[in-house]
Amino acid sequence: MAVSGLYGGRFVAETLMPLILDLEQQYRAAKLDPAYQAELKDSAIHYTGRPSPLYFAKRLTEHLGGAKVWFKREELNHTGSHKINNCSGQILLAKRMGKTRIIAETGAGQHGVATATVCAKFDLPCTIFMGATDVERQKPNVLRMKMLGAEVRPVTAGAGTLKDAMNEALRDWVTNVDTTYYLIGTAAGPHPYPEMVRDFQSVIGTELKEQFRAAEGKLPEAIVACVGGGSNAIGTFHAFLDNPEVAIYGAEAGGHGVDVENGHAASMTGGSPGVLHGNRTYLLQDKDGQILEGHSISAGPDYPGVGPEHSFLHDTKRVTYVPITDNEALAAFQLCTRMEGIIPALESAHGLARVIKLAPTMSKDQSVVLCLSGRGDKDVESVGNYLGLL
Amino acid sequence: MSRIEKRFAQAKAANRPALVTYVMAGDPDLATSRAIMEALPQAGSDIIEFGMPFSDPMADGVAIQLGGQRAPAGGMTPRGVLGMVEDFRRKDETTPIVLMGYYNPIYIFGVDKFLAAAKDAGVDGLIIVDLPPEEDEELCIPALKAGINFIRLTTPTTDDKRLPTVLHNTSGFVYYVSMNGITGAAIKSRGAVGEAVERIKSHTDLPVAVGFGIKTAEDAAEIGRHADGIVVGTVLVDAVGKSLVDGKASDKTVSAVRDIVASPAAGVKRARE
Repeated sequence: MAVSGLYGGRFVAETLMPLILDLEQQYRAAKLDPAYQAELKDSAIHYTGRPSPLYFAKRLTEHLGGAKVWFKREELNHTGSHKINNCSGQILLAKRMGKTRIIAETGAGQHGVATATVCAKFDLPCTIFMGATDVERQKPNVLRMKMLGAEVRPVTAGAGTLKDAMNEALRDWVTNVDTTYYLIGTAAGPHPYPEMVRDFQSVIGTELKEQFRAAEGKLPEAIVACVGGGSNAIGTFHAFLDNPEVAIYGAEAGGHGVDVENGHAASMTGGSPGVLHGNRTYLLQDKDGQILEGHSISAGPDYPGVGPEHSFLHDTKRVTYVPITDNEALAAFQLCTRMEGIIPALESAHGLARVIKLAPTMSKDQSVVLCLSGRGDKDVESVGNYLGLL
Repeated sequence: MSRIEKRFAQAKAANRPALVTYVMAGDPDLATSRAIMEALPQAGSDIIEFGMPFSDPMADGVAIQLGGQRAPAGGMTPRGVLGMVEDFRRKDETTPIVLMGYYNPIYIFGVDKFLAAAKDAGVDGLIIVDLPPEEDEELCIPALKAGINFIRLTTPTTDDKRLPTVLHNTSGFVYYVSMNGITGAAIKSRGAVGEAVERIKSHTDLPVAVGFGIKTAEDAAEIGRHADGIVVGTVLVDAVGKSLVDGKASDKTVSAVRDIVASPAAGVKRARE
């Protein structure tokens, strides 16, 4: 079953198919189960700290001199990013399915930390697959995962980034399918994962819509999110897809620039449809269908693919996806830190860089909302290195 | 009668399972890979499974992952794989060739274009790991229309309820994956494999070959008691890797593969004794 037309699907080995079909059934049942929904809601309020605030960024607004700039503060969630929204939902499913072990892939470590967190809470052993390169550049998150009781397995295959971590997680899953639940963090993978992750993350956009209406009495003129695999983005966008008056922008990892060969990870701007990790979607690949390694200053968004629903939204032009370079993200990171006293994740800084370009082109009575998907504590060392502060 | 049918019938007549050997196309370079391919039937291989390299082989262990990196580094492409089959067919008209790999390189090549070229080259079947029956429209049905067998993997997780779905469009033979795991892992219970093969045979008249984790003559002999074919792959790709000197083929590379094939080839011969 495809997400939408060409994209999505269930391109997995037969070993996994029975489990994936079971997962879909269990998810359908859970969705309709009031007890499941109540537990999820309780966890969102008392554990995650929802709703996350909608914040008016006054100094940044004045500085940019155009539209009002707002942040949906997902970085204030427990564990420091939006990733917990999805983990809270999937861990309850894993329990329902009687699974006794959790695995996950992680890029920047935000999803790994969120997974390790819910596993600690529910007393389940977990193994996190993380590219060896990412283990190096995201040390604080590696330590957090270990302290939470997770086993972090560095993956040295390929470039040692998120794509390789996902391959290795799939290999583990095939081997331990009887006991193990694969808690995918991004809105990609075989059906029903993209749909599930979207559903769990769509709380972002639903809250945002209500909060903005309460603040301004209307809908925002534009919303922006960064897109790696695209989980915070689809969560932010989903509630607005049927409001054509709201312009929607996704910021892809432009790395050194989309003209630089193998120098970026903008899979929609610079890729083409193909099949990887269980779904058909836009991918960075060569003419023979071999998948390329993406590059980004930010771990995670260097993934050479994107969730299948984004591919659909790209083709239908409902969402405008634009590449943001490493340098633009770094500049946005610093501006946000100095002007608002908020250190954003480098991923989220890509979204902010888009806002920085967009706001001055809009009028002062208009608004743009950024999903500030994660906090940047984990990035201070690597940014410090880039800026020569260390 | 297709080449695959004929070959299984011959093995059955000789009261032994067929030996299926997997090597990676173009590993470590075109000339050496061609020599390996030609050596396989002489060494006792009945059917050749020819790996199509892919950057992200999610069902493969380290040995085949590395082979899949060496081959493209040596210049192998999907077009090159078909070219090798075409060359092989000029010298050998009877050994069946099954291409094994992942869907994306075929999807990017273009399904219809690929199938036409594969048929012309003399390809007999396809095993595409990431195309379960739920995705039959993609390649399985077009392949059947093009006259190429689509050989499906069944696994320990494929229960009796699902088995008919998996077998529905399968042709040539059924490939039973001996365990939940990736290529090159260890088989936990040979006995359980035998039971699973009998279970599958109660659902289909197609030959059932068993692969994943078969390394020794003993594995081949014991599993071959029940199975119509046994598949050996990782040990061969690993032998290529270990024979290299400074990353390049050595004068031992082809003979290393030939020597290893001899062991399961002996195993299948005494499987039914």
